[in-house]
Amino acid sequence: MSTTQQLQDFVTQVRRDILRQVHQVNSGHPGGSLGCAEFFSVLYQEVMDYSTDFKMNGENEDLFFLSNGHISPVFYSVLARSGFFPVDELNTFRKIDSRLQGHPTTHEALPGIRIASGSLGQGLSVAIGAAAAKKLNNDDKLIYTLHGDGELQEGQNWEAIMYAAGNKVDNLIATVDYNKKQIDGATDDVLPLGSLKAKFEAFDWDVIELKEGNSCDAIKSALNEAKSRTGKGKPVVILMETEMGNGVDFMMGTHAWHGKAPSDEQLKTALEQNPETLGDY
Amino acid sequence: MKTYNNTGNVDTRSGFGAGLEELGKKNPNVVALCADLIGSLKMDAFKENHPERFFQIGIAEANMIGIAAGMTIGGKIPFTGTFANFSTGRVYDQIRQSVAYSGKNVKICASHAGLTLGEDGATHQILEDIGLMKMLPGMTVINTCDYNQTKAATLAIAEHDGPVYLRFGRPKVANFTPEDQKFEIGKAVQLTEGTDVTIVATGHLVWEALEAAKELNEKGVSAEVINIHTIKPLDEKAILDSVSKTRCIVTAEEHNFFGGLGESVARTLAEHQPTPQEFVATQDTFGESGTPAQLMEKYGLNAKAIVEKAQKVIKRK
Repeated sequence: MSTTQQLQDFVTQVRRDILRQVHQVNSGHPGGSLGCAEFFSVLYQEVMDYSTDFKMNGENEDLFFLSNGHISPVFYSVLARSGFFPVDELNTFRKIDSRLQGHPTTHEALPGIRIASGSLGQGLSVAIGAAAAKKLNNDDKLIYTLHGDGELQEGQNWEAIMYAAGNKVDNLIATVDYNKKQIDGATDDVLPLGSLKAKFEAFDWDVIELKEGNSCDAIKSALNEAKSRTGKGKPVVILMETEMGNGVDFMMGTHAWHGKAPSDEQLKTALEQNPETLGDY
Repeated sequence: MKTYNNTGNVDTRSGFGAGLEELGKKNPNVVALCADLIGSLKMDAFKENHPERFFQIGIAEANMIGIAAGMTIGGKIPFTGTFANFSTGRVYDQIRQSVAYSGKNVKICASHAGLTLGEDGATHQILEDIGLMKMLPGMTVINTCDYNQTKAATLAIAEHDGPVYLRFGRPKVANFTPEDQKFEIGKAVQLTEGTDVTIVATGHLVWEALEAAKELNEKGVSAEVINIHTIKPLDEKAILDSVSKTRCIVTAEEHNFFGGLGESVARTLAEHQPTPQEFVATQDTFGESGTPAQLMEKYGLNAKAIVEKAQKVIKRK
């Protein structure tokens, strides 16, 4: 367990990693990555039980699946800084011959990744399969997932949401990054999601609302609450309200930084707002 | 000329069902998933005898492919079952990303392929699935010809580590390959020896090719028939060895000529040994309702069509 300050330092360093990765190749998705820096940090530093000696089958380990693969910069940073692969490798993000592909893949055998994601809407189904295998193997560890809110516009999610409730997949904790923004604008303008809470409840999921999705303490409480609700016959979802671009003032409150890299000057400003804590790669 | 005995007409999908049930007993890691077509896929026995390893997904094929991919992570060997159309075209991106690109050990088992599905018509008669599946890097593509071969292939693919597309069908067709055969993925089976023309056939067209060879033999034409159950990886050596002798070839399949077996053979020949080739396949068209026999006649996918193409290609030598 880390102290609050240690965890906050970890988050700040992850933000720097996200910004520097995306800036270096002038491509990638900083907005959603920054919005989920706290979630990934808490999940990997405080909540999940895993080994960094990576084995695909993840036997007797908690597993995490990232469905909205475009926020790979935050995933890569947290995996590296949790010990899955050398932090220096973040230098190779989106470059030729790299294990850190634009979207996460198993193809280059990057430790910590168990499925390719990028084409949206597929992660929950995969997670349900992994959860079913755990039950068949009498493995009582849990499956965690993250999904974009805009991603819920993909129909496959609703097939999976219906299946998980109908088949009592109760070793699964899904989290929705509920930032209400997507690449073309506000979700309400692109395709309104309506009430996600009502929708998940109508599908018979156990719903936890997390209003402070950029607070490490609040995230930890929500995840622990979710864990306590597993094994009770219902899948659990956390609707985690986050701020896209969190931690960089000019990236917050807009969808503009969903898939755009900062300029040299913008990077400088953003990094000043997030001073180095654990050492840059 | 070597001849083959039809031990009785039976559907290839029943060979899949029998193989799957046997796997259920032999391999505790084999799991089966179905999208609301248990009876059509002949998965009843597996469901009955191994209920804890059978997953009814409902009419949600995309979810089925994703769940299957996830199950492999826990060491399971998932066999998914639905019609060929819903096994491929409907879920192409799920197969591409979650299975093929992710290198997952999923066996996509597809019944009711091609025209011989019959009366349901073109919405269900996929003639593009071999092409779709063979284009995916790392995907093995198998199209079996009869009950015995389908059962043997079902057993064999469980031993193969990697994604497989196994294609079979609905109608009762001749069962003529050995009951106790060993199925080798990627290894063609030479059925008859011949010197005038090579006939490379897959799936339901293999029996038709044998019937065609008999008729050609009566006309004094010696045909070498090769059963090419695995379209990818293709047994290029078997094809090249045969055409080096016959110097012409007919390919036969229940599939569009774009993207099918014929194109794979043509690519191989163009690269190694340019050879006159004729295609027995659908000609870039959708199917329609009708009995299997009527459809195979109308779309030129039977012994008669193979004989005509053989006679034509011999003249092109």
